[in-house]
Parts: sequence; C-alpha cells; structure tokens
Amino acid sequence: MERPRLIREDGLRHDGRRPDELRPIRVSIGVLNKASGSALVEYGRTKVLAAVHGPREIPQRHMLLPDRAIIRCRYHMLSFSTHERKSPAPSRREIELSKVVREAIEPVVMSEVFPRTAIDVFVEVINADGGTRTAAVTAASLALADAGVPMRDLVVAVAVGKVGGVLVLDIDEVEDMYGEADMPVAVAPSIGLMTLLQLNGVLTREEFREALKLALKGATQIYEKAREALRDRYMKVKVEE
Amino acid sequence: MSHTPSPAVITPRLKANTIANMLKRGVRSSGRTLTDYRPTDIVVGYVQNADGSALVRLGNTVVVAGVKLEVGSPYPDAPSEGALVVNAEFMPTASPTFEPGPPDENAIELARVIDRALRELKVVDMSKLAIVPGRKVWVVYVDIYVLDHDGNLVDASSIATLTALLNTTLPKVEVDELGNVRVDRSVRVSPLPINNKVVTVTVARTENVLFVDPDLDEESVVETKLVIAVSDDGRIAGIQKSGSGGLAEAEVLAALDIALKTGVNLIKTVESKVSEAASGHSTSTLN
Repeated sequence: MERPRLIREDGLRHDGRRPDELRPIRVSIGVLNKASGSALVEYGRTKVLAAVHGPREIPQRHMLLPDRAIIRCRYHMLSFSTHERKSPAPSRREIELSKVVREAIEPVVMSEVFPRTAIDVFVEVINADGGTRTAAVTAASLALADAGVPMRDLVVAVAVGKVGGVLVLDIDEVEDMYGEADMPVAVAPSIGLMTLLQLNGVLTREEFREALKLALKGATQIYEKAREALRDRYMKVKVEE
Repeated sequence: MSHTPSPAVITPRLKANTIANMLKRGVRSSGRTLTDYRPTDIVVGYVQNADGSALVRLGNTVVVAGVKLEVGSPYPDAPSEGALVVNAEFMPTASPTFEPGPPDENAIELARVIDRALRELKVVDMSKLAIVPGRKVWVVYVDIYVLDHDGNLVDASSIATLTALLNTTLPKVEVDELGNVRVDRSVRVSPLPINNKVVTVTVARTENVLFVDPDLDEESVVETKLVIAVSDDGRIAGIQKSGSGGLAEAEVLAALDIALKTGVNLIKTVESKVSEAASGHSTSTLN
C-alpha cells in the first residue's frame, strides 16, 4: 500500500479531521447481562468491549493478597478484528498490553476495600482501527464503574500522534502506520494523574510537552462523554406509568 | 492474563519504611543522591562466539546481551531491508523468584520497549543489510539475558544491547550463481551499520519523590516507573510508564529532564568503552 497523504493541503487530516479533533466517540454502559459491569466504547471504527467480573473469590488462592483485591486483566483481539487474521494464540503485543491496561486502571481502583478477592477485567477488541489500547482503558474503567467497584476517578485514554510533522489527536490506524510517532496517554482527570504513558517514536522535549497538552485536552472531552454515559445509565429516574 | 503481582521478594516492612522515609528526605539507602546513577561496568565482546556482545554490571545487576546474525528472508513490505528481533529472558540465576520457562509479561515488556526504541530511532541501518535484495537479508537477533537482579533491569539491558550492537561485525558472505548464500564467520568484513544510539533511563517515583536507577530494595517501595529512551542527540525515543501507580504532568516533565541528562552521558560511557575495546583488550570478567 502506498503511503497516503496524512496532512492535506487544507491542513486537515486524511479523514477530514482537524489536528486537534477526536473521532466520533460512542459510549454504552451495561451492555452485557451476566457480567458485574460492562461497557462498549467506540473511537470511530475502533470498537472495544470490556467486562468486569467480581470482586470475587478465585480458585488460584495463592495469587490473592491479604490487604487488597488483585486486578486481573486480559487485553484480547478477536481474530477478525484486524485486516490480516489475528492468530487466536496470545501475541507478545497482547501480553504487554494486558499489563499496560491493568496498570492504567489499577491506580484508581480502591482495591483495599476487597481484600483476598480478584477483580477480573476482560477487554475484547471487536474492530481495530487504531487506538485500541486507549479505547480499552476507557472501556475498562467504565465497566468497573458499572460493576460498582469503588474508584478514585474514572480513567480515560487517547493517543496523540505526529504525522507529516504535525501533532494530531486520536490517531487512527493509517496515521499510526505511516506516522512518525504514537503516544497513548491515560488520565484520571479529577485527581490529575497519568496512569498510562507510552511513546512509540521520536520527539523532542518541546514536541513531547505539546503532545501531552493535546492528549490532556482530548482526554477531557472523552471524560465528559464517559460521565454523561454514566449519568444516562444511572441518574435518570425511570417513572413507571 | 496480567494480574497484580505479589511482592516478589518480601522486604521486611521496617526496611521498606526506612527506605521510603529516607527517600522522602531526599536520601537513599545506598548513599546515592536522587539523580545518581549506579556505576556501570561494561565488558565489550564478552561472548566470543556471538557476532557482538556485552556484559553489563549496573551496581549488582548483571545482564549479558548478544547479537547473532542469520541469513533470512526479508519482510514483504521491506524487501531490501534487514530485520531485527529482540528477546529477553529473566534467568533463574538472577533471582529466587525467576522461574525457568517462556518469558513472562515483564520480560516481554522489557524486550518490546528496547525493540521499539531501536526501531523508531533506526539504530541499526536496515537498508544496508540486504544480501540478495528481495530474497536474502541479515536478520539481527538481539538476545538479552538477565543474570543477576538488583533492580533496574531495563536500563542494564538497554546498555548491554547498545554495546553489543556497536560491537557487532558482519561476517563475510558469498553468493553463488544460484543465489545460495554461504557465510564465513571466521572473516569479518565490516561493523554492523549503526545510524544512531539509544539507551533507556528509568526514573522511579515513591510518594512524591523522583529518583533515577532504582535498586532492588528501592523497587520494593516503588509504585510507578517511567522508562525513557534517550537518543545520543538528546531526543526522546520512547517512553513506557510501568507499575501500578500514576504520575502528575509536572512529574513526567521532571523525570524527562533527569533522563535526558543521564541518558546522553550513559551513551558517551558506552561509546568510550567500545572504542577502548576496539583499540586494546577488555580484561574484565563476570567476577
């Protein structure tokens, strides 16, 4: 495939977005019946489902901790979620991302409330178009909230990229593949904590500062969407006629 | 599935509290300042049968990295470029908590962080590694073995990797009329083509204190680490937050400044060790 033009002559991106514009974000909460909590998060064509089971007891008791719950997390891609079929065996990328996603949600979960239990977070990438780990973090934190797990804040995530020399928000797969840098960031905005930060690419210190600023701006918008979705799910009192 | 780790080595609470309280006052159990890096001892070309290798001692952490070059097929999307494969193993020799078996998530993360930094900065010049363009190229295997674990395995591994790559030489190859490639490892024709240099610098956070290069005792009280890949020209070539905590924006920027300063110096250390070894003989051994 030929390298597409990532920044058009009019300064817009290959899909018509402004550099600081998110893809359409959609959030649905409580989409599953049997899970303690669940959320479906879409960043454009990227579609990620998260389910939480627990806090619960598990047979692998040696893993449990006496002073808090453990969090177990699996980031997993469906075999048909990508252009080329993904082998169902766990890849090195999935193993790393399971850790990265767990460590992104762990700082906000009040695990000390449930000692000797496990909180299981399953993330399923249904369709991948860039930004699956960031959508995964947003979905996981909403599923935890939906499960009623006490949390210090929600975590939302978004990636900033450098494409064609321009810093852009919420990069998709094309921009990730042909761009110069990809920097996923997860934030707990109300407590001012960054819980995931990766950089794949080369940036100067100044570029990094700006990229971080852009990511925090995008995260604030996603945070609003996430809170709105939670309010829609739980704050509206349904009156039966 | 990734799960919250149990404390790997149980550090007595009294000791952990002491380390944490000292850090809060800006003092470290080892006597180092917050921005002091442990002394790094580098043995260039430690493994004679490797195409390039290095043994790195970072304090009491010991890592050996080796490069093996193999003739392989190129990737279809880059037919005239070589390929790079990075793998890391935490050996059972390094810690009573390391088990034999396939790499766990920590070893995979370590290898992938170093792999990304090498790739993004184009440390190895892949365009010069074609043997028969489109058919045969050099595949550069970097294998990292952690032999002794006293904290900050990522940095020790990245220093060992850079040194091993700088120590790597290409063997002589002959291509016959049928396109078959014969490698003669007894004759070395040129050094592995290198564009840029990179190492990682790990900055740890406990309470609200940032400090560089945590040792194993310190890691027992560290919640969050920021691994920052630094290039020889002082750019950021990769970042990975690791651990189950978070960082404020100001802390990230402060960590970056520590890393950039430390990283550029580390690369200079590696360079001088490599040129020293090229001109004379490196005599250090594991002990």
